[in-house]
Amino acid sequence: MSETVTSAALKPRSGWTKVLTSNDAIIWYALIIVVVVASFTVRYFASPLTVGFLLIQIIPILLIAMPMALVIISSEIDLSVASIAGLTSAVMGVLWRDSGWDIGTVIFVSVLVGVVCGAFNGFLITTLGLPSLAVTIGTLALFRGLALVVIGDQKVANFPKELNAFVLSKIGSTGIPVVMIFVVLVIAIFAVILHFTPFGRGLYALGFSKEAASFVGIHVGRSKFWLFVGTGVVSSIVGVFLTLRLASAGPDNGTGMELSVIAAVLLGGVSIFGGKGSIPGVVGGVLLIGTLTYALRLAKVPETALIIVTGSLLVISVVAPSITAWASEKIRLSRIRKVVRGQTAAGTTTA
Amino acid sequence: MTGTRVIRPTKSSSTGVSAIASFFRAREIPVAGALIALIIVTALVNPRFLSPQSVKDLMLNATIVIILAVGQALVIITRNVDLSIGSILGLVAFGTGTLFDIAPGMPIPLVFLIGMVFGAALGAINGALVTAAKVPALVITLGTMYIFRGVLTSWAGSKQYFSGDNPPEFGALSVDTFFGVPIITLVALVVVIAVGMFMHAVRSGRDLYAIGSDPDAARLFGISVSRRVLSAFMASGALTGLAGVLYTSRYNSVGALTGTGLELDVVAAVVVGGVAISGGTGTVVGAAIGAILLSTITSSLTATRVDKFWQQAIVGVLILSAIIIDRIVSARTARKLRVNEARDV
Repeated sequence: MSETVTSAALKPRSGWTKVLTSNDAIIWYALIIVVVVASFTVRYFASPLTVGFLLIQIIPILLIAMPMALVIISSEIDLSVASIAGLTSAVMGVLWRDSGWDIGTVIFVSVLVGVVCGAFNGFLITTLGLPSLAVTIGTLALFRGLALVVIGDQKVANFPKELNAFVLSKIGSTGIPVVMIFVVLVIAIFAVILHFTPFGRGLYALGFSKEAASFVGIHVGRSKFWLFVGTGVVSSIVGVFLTLRLASAGPDNGTGMELSVIAAVLLGGVSIFGGKGSIPGVVGGVLLIGTLTYALRLAKVPETALIIVTGSLLVISVVAPSITAWASEKIRLSRIRKVVRGQTAAGTTTA
Repeated sequence: MTGTRVIRPTKSSSTGVSAIASFFRAREIPVAGALIALIIVTALVNPRFLSPQSVKDLMLNATIVIILAVGQALVIITRNVDLSIGSILGLVAFGTGTLFDIAPGMPIPLVFLIGMVFGAALGAINGALVTAAKVPALVITLGTMYIFRGVLTSWAGSKQYFSGDNPPEFGALSVDTFFGVPIITLVALVVVIAVGMFMHAVRSGRDLYAIGSDPDAARLFGISVSRRVLSAFMASGALTGLAGVLYTSRYNSVGALTGTGLELDVVAAVVVGGVAISGGTGTVVGAAIGAILLSTITSSLTATRVDKFWQQAIVGVLILSAIIIDRIVSARTARKLRVNEARDV
């Protein structure tokens, strides 16, 4: 309920009916249906424990999905996010083991890794004008490779116990992890950037047409550069979070996460062609995949069937809009044809 | 601008001098050069790198990636991408193991045929979804990558087929050699030559370049874009199926995880081999050389005792330099074309 209120606030011009039938709303209805059905049919689902386990699992995806949504809306893509998280984790482990700095400094320097990685992506994509898909496939390998070079196949595990406990701690008896406060803050920041600032509105223009965007005065290169830096920073924060949650720094932290993030973002109604999507939708998409997977897992559905569910959701979410667009176009055309036929008939009789 | 690039190779090969010049300007030359330099340096550091056994291993390791890269190149040239090939390979490889389990006496050529048809059918699912829904292949094949993998894991469970379960003649394909070249590598070589000639000289092959350069222009020109893209995906699926059958012959075991993560390696090989990710340029020979280069790097690092952890970082650097070279080359061609056009006016 509260979610429809926020999406209403985000689209001040549209009426309630429009909000309630929008694509974002459909994702949230699906989420509500999944929660209700699961609460009645799956044992142990309706408990505070669920909230805790579920949230702690999807926090990494939720965080990275925010900048990723902005990147895809401006019709680029970043496949290197999980490798940046892995490299951050590796650097953090080695610094903590060898530098003798306190954990605060170590975390700060580790997040700088994300700034550098993101700026590197941004430089290649905006300054040299290379396609982001190809560049980030390259940096996907490069950053993961550097993580291996930095830490080898070792693990660093002696992080302060209090930090691990803090990451896993819950707000009172609600079961909501304390870290969620920070996550909500990040979501709010990205929602404001995308929906209420000229920069964010410019990203939609960018996604529709790069040339048109530069004609109306958007600094295409600069905007994209900062987007990739933002993705890098958030990926690094996720790297730090994963390291503290698992209490272990290794080169393979977060492997394969890029595809789950992109799947969730697209399910959340962001168009892969760019120019379309919203933060409430993306949050809904991440929660929908996360909740569905969690409920099915609790219901003892084998892990293998879960992959099929994720894949099918992704395919359906991109194929369905095309099919509805095709159908509505067909209806519109037949209506026009009918009107035109009526007019020509009228025309011949008067003549 | 990009459309004209398609016609260039045939035009410039008409005269002898320009044929030599265009040979040296070809995008495959720097990749092949890098491969030769890599082999020479490694051999100087460690002479055993070129011993017959080591060369045979090099060829065996490259074989499967070469075939996958050729298939992937067909798809990427049409400005699409197929991320589901790792899962398709897994399905076909496990299917091959199952076939030998339930029908041990089955003739081996028939097994190859079934594997390729199975792969082509899975590729047709991708192609149909991509062309019918008009959604980027990246998303569709990301979805089918999950779906195919899910189907495989539910089918296979924890079951694995080991090389001992297959007929000995089948395993011998990747042990026996013909003038020092393993049989399965010869298969890969035939695939590269056949598909390479098809892409160079056959009408429908040239159509794939036109589609990748500019799909709208190709449509205006009268090319049935959907049908060609669908067949590119089917061809890629069939080649992946072939690679899947060979995988079962080459490796010790096939199971639910076979082929996981292969897709990015293959896309990397294709891009390094000079096939632009934005479609319309590159050759399957280049893609094959890219595949050989990437698989040789792994062996060279071991042979020269470089820390094995550097391998992936080097692959990353190679991909990035390949895209940067592509960018420079295409900028230069574009400038030249503009000058030529100005002269014609």
